[in-house]
Amino acid sequence: MTRRNFLSRKLADRRTSPERQPRSSFWQELLIPVLAVFTGLVAGAVIIVVTDATVMAAYRNFFRAPWQALQATWQAIASAYGALFYGSIGSPRELLEGFRLYQASGDKQALYKAIYPFTESLTTATPYIFAGLAVALGFRCGLFNIGAEGQFFIGALASAWVGYSLLGVPWYLHLPLALLAGAVGGALWAAVPGYLKAATGAHEVVNTIMMNWIAFRLSDWLLNGPMKATGYRPVTPVIEKSAELPRFFPDPLRFNVGFFLALVVAALVYWLLFKTTLGFEIRAVGANPDAARYAGMNIKRNFVLAMVLSGALAGLAGASQVLGVDHWVGQGFSAGYGFDSIALALLGKSHPLGVVLAALLFGFLRSGATRMQSLAGIPIDIISVIQGLVIVFVAAPAIIRALYHIKAARTEEIVLTRGWGK
Amino acid sequence: MAELTQSLAKKSRQRRRLTGGIVLLLTGLLMYVLFATGLEANQQSTLGLNALRSQALPVPDLVLPVRTTIYALILTVVFLGGWQLARGVRHTGILLGVAAFCFVTAFLVWAARGTSFNLVGMLSSSVVRATPIALAALCGVISERAGVVNIAIEGIMLIAALTSVVAATLTHNLYVGLLVAVFSGALVAALHAWLVIRFRVDQIVSGVAINIFGTGITSFISARFLERNTDLLNNSGTFPILPVPLLSRIPILGPIFFENNLIVYLMLLLVVLLHGILFYTPWGLRTRAVGEHPKAADTLGVNVFLMRYVNVIIGGAIAGLGGAYFTLGSVGRFDEIMTAGKGFIGLAAMIFGKWTPFGAFASSLIFGFADSMQVKLQILRVPIPSEFLAMAPYLVTMIVLAGLIGRAVPPAADGQPYEKE
Repeated sequence: MTRRNFLSRKLADRRTSPERQPRSSFWQELLIPVLAVFTGLVAGAVIIVVTDATVMAAYRNFFRAPWQALQATWQAIASAYGALFYGSIGSPRELLEGFRLYQASGDKQALYKAIYPFTESLTTATPYIFAGLAVALGFRCGLFNIGAEGQFFIGALASAWVGYSLLGVPWYLHLPLALLAGAVGGALWAAVPGYLKAATGAHEVVNTIMMNWIAFRLSDWLLNGPMKATGYRPVTPVIEKSAELPRFFPDPLRFNVGFFLALVVAALVYWLLFKTTLGFEIRAVGANPDAARYAGMNIKRNFVLAMVLSGALAGLAGASQVLGVDHWVGQGFSAGYGFDSIALALLGKSHPLGVVLAALLFGFLRSGATRMQSLAGIPIDIISVIQGLVIVFVAAPAIIRALYHIKAARTEEIVLTRGWGK
Repeated sequence: MAELTQSLAKKSRQRRRLTGGIVLLLTGLLMYVLFATGLEANQQSTLGLNALRSQALPVPDLVLPVRTTIYALILTVVFLGGWQLARGVRHTGILLGVAAFCFVTAFLVWAARGTSFNLVGMLSSSVVRATPIALAALCGVISERAGVVNIAIEGIMLIAALTSVVAATLTHNLYVGLLVAVFSGALVAALHAWLVIRFRVDQIVSGVAINIFGTGITSFISARFLERNTDLLNNSGTFPILPVPLLSRIPILGPIFFENNLIVYLMLLLVVLLHGILFYTPWGLRTRAVGEHPKAADTLGVNVFLMRYVNVIIGGAIAGLGGAYFTLGSVGRFDEIMTAGKGFIGLAAMIFGKWTPFGAFASSLIFGFADSMQVKLQILRVPIPSEFLAMAPYLVTMIVLAGLIGRAVPPAADGQPYEKE
């Protein structure tokens, strides 16, 4: 055997040996989440059909008129998901017509009306991007921040407070200050469980849940007392114009700078996690704390740091919602964001790009579901059902693989949680 | 080596003694600032010891001189703190319990100064409010003793609440509703067990998914069917109050524990039953072994997977009972997200109670007490915002979890999937 032959054989061996298999590509990484979402939507359709009285009535006559039953099924699904589509993306025909009208007469009204659903979906996605990044960052460090909801609320209250109480400040100072207040508020709220975890080993899941409840009670008090606007409703005053995130279009379009800010922050999180020593340490601690300790990394500092950053992101989510969309805070302001953000981080595999894509998906689903509720009479809660199923499918890829006969690919597994005490 | 660990243990004992003593002294100071300043002389507060419409033998109400009582309670706490600093007490938990009791009593006496309020009525409503929390906590205890973290309790309770009320309304039979609740709770828990044991899904992730799913599907069904057909589907009536013969005649204790509905009694029974099963039967020993060291248990021929499945499912049945409490046990109809986080409070109660049935029950009572006190104090118009009082149990849970007062140690293999080699 010549030397060259030997070498090429060796290389060929390497290529086929299991350790040298190419890392799964971007598309393979995407396969399971996409199929999970698809399966979730199919399951949602099944639930819509099964709970539809007309369809069920048609099925009672299935043997006499099978065609009618199938037609009714199709109609139920089409009307629901059709409304979901138009509610989230908009009607292409209206868009074209609006554009033509604008070119012909310079009247923007029709165009604005046509792009309303799409921009509204992006607006809905904005806090999801921040909140999803918050949980994802925690996951990367092996921390389960289940308290994004409380951090979101505290962040929103802090930025609202800066937003309405500072008067006569130019916008280039006021807006950054309000955003910063949101981030600091969320960071403080997450720092407590982070510190307790590092100092005493107390599990962050319970502590963040407790911090959530403390946040809700605190906000009850604040909204009924010190932060209450004049009037009888328990809400904060409306923030000053100078603290608002600028909007691109006139009312009722609420699309604002926050969305792009979220994208920038996602890029920053990517840079932090994958291009800096700090991020490497965070990921090393998350992957294997013992090995990281052995390598001389400070586990406790990384726990606190990751939790603080995670809380700051959740606080920014609240801030972006107040400063960009609502301009005031009321009770139940954060409802649902905590669990949704966990779903986002899981769906996005704790990768900033994945989280952004997942947040866009959720934004479109949530925003479209409002239209679906009013047009097709499907309660908006169907989205939660679909979300729950999607999480199960993403977390148990074996189910998806069995459903679609996919072979297991070698992927990087992220350790999510380690029981209560560890 | 042994010397080193001994000295380390001694150091941590000393530190705990120090922090415990300081916490107690600070509590005394806080009590003085909050309750003892600005009291009028010769004020009295009346604590009612007879519940309304109760069968219990009547007893005279407790009339306390406000100033003397509060000073006595403060002195007790300060004395305990000094004792702890000087000598150290082995059971810091008991010490803290006594201090907390003094604090709460002082607070109540202060809040009721110059007027009266019904103590027994409040305590009996605490037990009622503690019922779903205790059932959730018991579900957590039995699952986690077998090594499976179950944070899906909230979702399980919501689903059980919905199914029970619909079944009871359709059949006009509350007992059918109760059975359906238990069964559906067990079913959802079985799904959780299947995901985490068969597919080794992260246990907390699976719990979160079931919570989201449970919230979504119950709200969906409620909005789609129940709201429009209330009388047909969502109007079951509730279990009547059944006073236990004789026992309910005992003053004070009677109205608190023995004039309740079926679900409350079942909860009390389950606390005792689970304690017996977990600590005095072979089944309980195996359960705990599976949660502490599954590999050792497996080597000795215990079927780890089976134990985990069965215990999680039993836990789900108990949580299902807790779900039925919300509908059949209190209002007789389903409302969206009516569990309002009680499942999570149950988890906190489980940890607070150190993974034991009696501990879980006792801490549920504390949460229930805080809950009913908040309502009562709004009526009494106390100057302290009731929201801050409502925060107290959560803060205490965090303090307990941080190990300031004794350590809450979970089962060693809690949350870790078991893989047969």
